[in-house]
Amino acid sequence: MAFAHAGTATVSKPGRAGKRIPYLLLLPGLLWLLLFFILPLINLAETSTKTPIAGGETGAYEQTFRLQNYVDAFSENSAQFSRSFIYALLSTLLALAISYPLAYAIAFKSGKYKNILLVLVIAPFFTSFLLRTIAWKQILGAEGPVISVLRSLHLIGADTSITSTALAVVTGMTYNFLPFMTLPIYASLERIDPRLMEASGDLYANGLTTFRRVTFPLSMPGVVAGTLLTFIPAAGDYVNAQILGNPTTKMIGNVIDSRFFRIVDYPTAAALSFTLMAAILILVTVYIRRAGTDELV
Amino acid sequence: MTRWLSKNLIRIYAALAFIYLFFPVAYTMAFSFNDSGKRNLIWQGFTFKNWLNPCGAPEVCTALGNSIKIGFLATLFSTILGTMIAFALGRYSFRGRSTTNLLIFLPMATPEIVLGASLLAMFLNLGINPGFWTTVIAHVMFCISFVVVTVKARIASLDPKLEEAARDLYATEWQTFRRVTLPLVAPGIAAAALLAFSLSFDDFIITNFNSGTVNTFPKFVWVSSARGVPAQANVIGSAMFLIALAIVISAQIFSAAKARRLQKKH
Amino acid sequence: MANHPDAAKTGDLKLSSLTKRFADFLAVDNLDLVIPKGSFFALLGPSGCGKTTTLRMIAGLEEPTSGKIYLGDTDLTDTKSYRRPVNTVFQNYALFPHLTIFENVAFGLRRRGIKDVKEPVEKVLALVELAHLRDRKPTQLSGGQQQRIAVARAIVNRPALLLLDEPLGALDLKLRRQMQIELKWIQTEVGITFVHVTHDQEEAMTMADTIAVMNEGRIEQLGSPADLYENPKTAFVANFLGQSNFIKGTLESTSGADQFVNLQGTRIVIPAARNSSTHKSLLVGIRPEKFRIHNVGDTTTGNKLEGGIVTDISFVGVSTQYQVEMPWKQELMIFEQNDGGAPNLRKGDAVTLSWEPHFTFALDGDEDVTSGLSGADAE
Repeated sequence: MAFAHAGTATVSKPGRAGKRIPYLLLLPGLLWLLLFFILPLINLAETSTKTPIAGGETGAYEQTFRLQNYVDAFSENSAQFSRSFIYALLSTLLALAISYPLAYAIAFKSGKYKNILLVLVIAPFFTSFLLRTIAWKQILGAEGPVISVLRSLHLIGADTSITSTALAVVTGMTYNFLPFMTLPIYASLERIDPRLMEASGDLYANGLTTFRRVTFPLSMPGVVAGTLLTFIPAAGDYVNAQILGNPTTKMIGNVIDSRFFRIVDYPTAAALSFTLMAAILILVTVYIRRAGTDELV
Repeated sequence: MTRWLSKNLIRIYAALAFIYLFFPVAYTMAFSFNDSGKRNLIWQGFTFKNWLNPCGAPEVCTALGNSIKIGFLATLFSTILGTMIAFALGRYSFRGRSTTNLLIFLPMATPEIVLGASLLAMFLNLGINPGFWTTVIAHVMFCISFVVVTVKARIASLDPKLEEAARDLYATEWQTFRRVTLPLVAPGIAAAALLAFSLSFDDFIITNFNSGTVNTFPKFVWVSSARGVPAQANVIGSAMFLIALAIVISAQIFSAAKARRLQKKH
Repeated sequence: MANHPDAAKTGDLKLSSLTKRFADFLAVDNLDLVIPKGSFFALLGPSGCGKTTTLRMIAGLEEPTSGKIYLGDTDLTDTKSYRRPVNTVFQNYALFPHLTIFENVAFGLRRRGIKDVKEPVEKVLALVELAHLRDRKPTQLSGGQQQRIAVARAIVNRPALLLLDEPLGALDLKLRRQMQIELKWIQTEVGITFVHVTHDQEEAMTMADTIAVMNEGRIEQLGSPADLYENPKTAFVANFLGQSNFIKGTLESTSGADQFVNLQGTRIVIPAARNSSTHKSLLVGIRPEKFRIHNVGDTTTGNKLEGGIVTDISFVGVSTQYQVEMPWKQELMIFEQNDGGAPNLRKGDAVTLSWEPHFTFALDGDEDVTSGLSGADAE
C-alpha cells in the first residue's frame, strides 16, 4: 500500500512550531549527558597526558601532552589488563552456558508459569549486589557449606580454600551478571514463531537439529545483546575481585580504583581508563560486525 | 524412565539453576536471623532481634535513607529526561538521529569505573566536593539511557493508527498525547522508573567515586565487609527483596485476575 | 471550543487536481472528483492504486503534494484533521484499548467540548444494537462488534462526511455480507455522505451508489455499479469488475446506431454506443454470463459464434461454467444458470455460442487484455 515508512509514525507536517518539538524534547536529556558524560570523558582525556609537577604537592599536575603515559600505564599493568579480559570472557561464557538453557526452559517449557518464572529470575537481584557477593564469600569460605561438603566427600584437602582465588572471582562475576544474559536471550527466544520449529520437525529435523539450525540462529540477537551486557561491565569490574580474590587476582578496575584513591596518580588512572574503554570498544565493534546485528538501542 | 528424563531434562536443569540463583539470597536471609555480634560470620543461633531492631547497627539506617532519597531523585529526573528523549526518537523525524542513538548507547557500553572516575575528576577540577548532589547527578546520568531504551520499546509497540483515530475525532495534538498516547505508554514509563530506581539503589562503583562522605547502603556494606557485615544489613537486604518480590508478584496476580474477570463477563 | 468543526459546512465533496507524491513514487495523480452530498460512494481498486492515500488526504491524515479539497464552498486543504467535519472508520478499527466502549464512542464529542454525551452515545449504541456492551473494553468484543462500535464512534459526531477504509476486510464472509447491508442501512437512515475504500468489487457494487475505479493513482472510470459493470470503458475496469472474454476484431462499417464488426471471421453487430474505441482494431468484450451455449444446429438469436469445442465443465451449484475452445485457438468462458435452459453437454462436444448484441462492449484494440487481472489470473 502507499505508505510512508513504517517504524516512526511521523506527524505529516508539523508546522513551524512543530518542527522544533523533537529538539526541545531532546535538549534537556542530551544536555545532561553532554555535561556529565561527554565532558568528564574529555576532561579525563586531558588529564591522561599530564605529569606531576616536580616538587609539587600530591595531586598537582601540569599539562605536558605526555602520550608516554599510555604506554607506561599499559606496560606496567598488562597483566591486570589481560587478566580482566580473561576473567570477563570466562564469566561471559559461563553465564551464557548457564543462562541459555534457563531462558529456553522459561520460553518454551514453562506453560502458564512463564511470568512467575521470569520474576523469579530477576528476584534474587532485588537484594543488594554487594550483599550477594559477600554471601558468596561466606558460602565459599572456610566455614561455609561448599567447603564442608567437598571436604567430607574427600574431594579436597584440609588446606584448600576457594575464596581469595581466581575461581571465586569468576564465579562471583558469573553469578552477578546472569540476569543480564538471561533476559535478552529469553526475549529473543520468546519472539520466535513456534510454527517455525514445527515446520522444521515436519521437514525431518530432529530436536537437536531444529535447535542448531532454526532456534539458535534465530535467538542470536538476544545472545549478542546478552554477551555485550555481560562482558562490558565485567571487564571493568573490581568489586568481585576485591571481595572474592586476592592481590594476585587484581583486575584493571582495582588498579584504576587504587590510582584514584590510594596512590594518587590521576594521569595514570586516566590513561588506564581510556585504554580500557578503547579496548572494550574495539572488541565490541569487531564482535558486532561478525555477529551481524546492527540495531542495538 | 529415560523418555521422561529426556523430555524433562531441561526442566530439571532449570530447577537446579533456580536453586543456584536463590542460594545466596537464602543465605543472606538466613543470616539475618543470626544471633551474632558485630561480625555475623558464623551461625550462632536463631533470633528475631535483628528484624525487630533493623537500625541497631550504627550508620545502617542513615545509609539506607540516603539510598532511598538519592534513588527517588535520580528516578524522577532520569525518567522525565529519558521519556522525553524516547518520544523524540520514537515519534518524530529529525536530523542527528544516529548521533543521538550513539550518545544514548555509549554510557551503557562504558565501564562503570570510567563513568565514575571521570565524573569525579571533573567535579574535583571544578572545585566541587563530592557529596549528595553529585551522587544524584551521576545516577541520573547513567539511568537516562536505560529509561530511553525501555520507553522507546513501549512507544514502538503502540499502534500509530490510534493516534490518527484521535486526531480524526477532533483531538488536538496535545489532547491526543494526553488522552491516548500517554495512558498507553504509561506502563513502559512505570517499568523504566522501576528499573532506574533499582539501578540507582544498588549502584556501588559510580556512587563510591562520587559520594564523598555521604553513605549509601551499598557503600555501607562494602566498608563493613572488611570488619564483618552486621546482621542488620542482611535484614534490610532481605526486606528489600521481599518487598520488591511482593510488589511484582501482586502486580502479576492483579493483572491476571483482571484479565480473568473480563473474560468471564464475555 | 477551538476545534469544533462547523456542522453547517456541508455539501458536495470536491477534489481538484489532487496529487500526492511520496519520495519514490506517485500515489495519486492529478485526481478530479465530485462526490455528491448524501451519496454512498466507493473508491475501488487494487492494492497500491492510491485509494487509501486519497481517503487519508480527505481525512487530513496525509498532506497533498498539490491540489485542493472542497467541502461545499469551504476549502479544507490546509485544515488540520481535527478541525474537519470528517470522521474515519479505520481498517483495524483503532478502538482505544484503554477506554470503555462508552468512552470510545464519546471521545469525539468530548474533544468538541460537548458536556452532555450520554444521550447521543446511547442513541448511536442503540442504532448499532450494542448498548449492552457500553462498559466493556474493546479487547472483549468480537471483530464484528468492534466494527460496529468503530462506525458508531464516527457517526455519533454527525460528520458531513464518513470515510471507511476497508472496514470489512477482517471479517469472515457471512459477517461481511451482514455488515454490508447494515452499513448501507445506516447510511440511508442517517443521510451522511459515505466514502468507502475497498478492493472488493462485489462489496463496492453491493453498497455504493457510485463507484470510482482507481488504478495507479488515476480514476479509470466513474459511474453506477451497473454502468461500470455493463459498459466498461477500459480493459482494467472490465477485468477488475467481474470477468470478461476479450476477442480481437475489426470494425467494418457503421449503419445508424449499429456497427458491424468482423470477429475472427464472423460478422457480428454491436450498438455504436457501446463502442468506446475510435480505431478500427477492437477488443470486443462479452461477459461469461451473457453467452448462451447451444448444440450445433439449434436456433439462436442475436450474435452467433460457431465452431466451439467444450474443453472443461465445472458445476458450481448456482451455475455451470464452461470453457470452450474456438477455431482461432482462444478459450472462452461461459456461465450458464442451472435453470434447465442449457443443453446437457460433455467435454469434447461441439457447440455454438450466441448472445444479445446490446450486451457487447468494445474497447480499443491496443488495450492490455491482462490489465486489472489479479496475480494468478494474469498469466
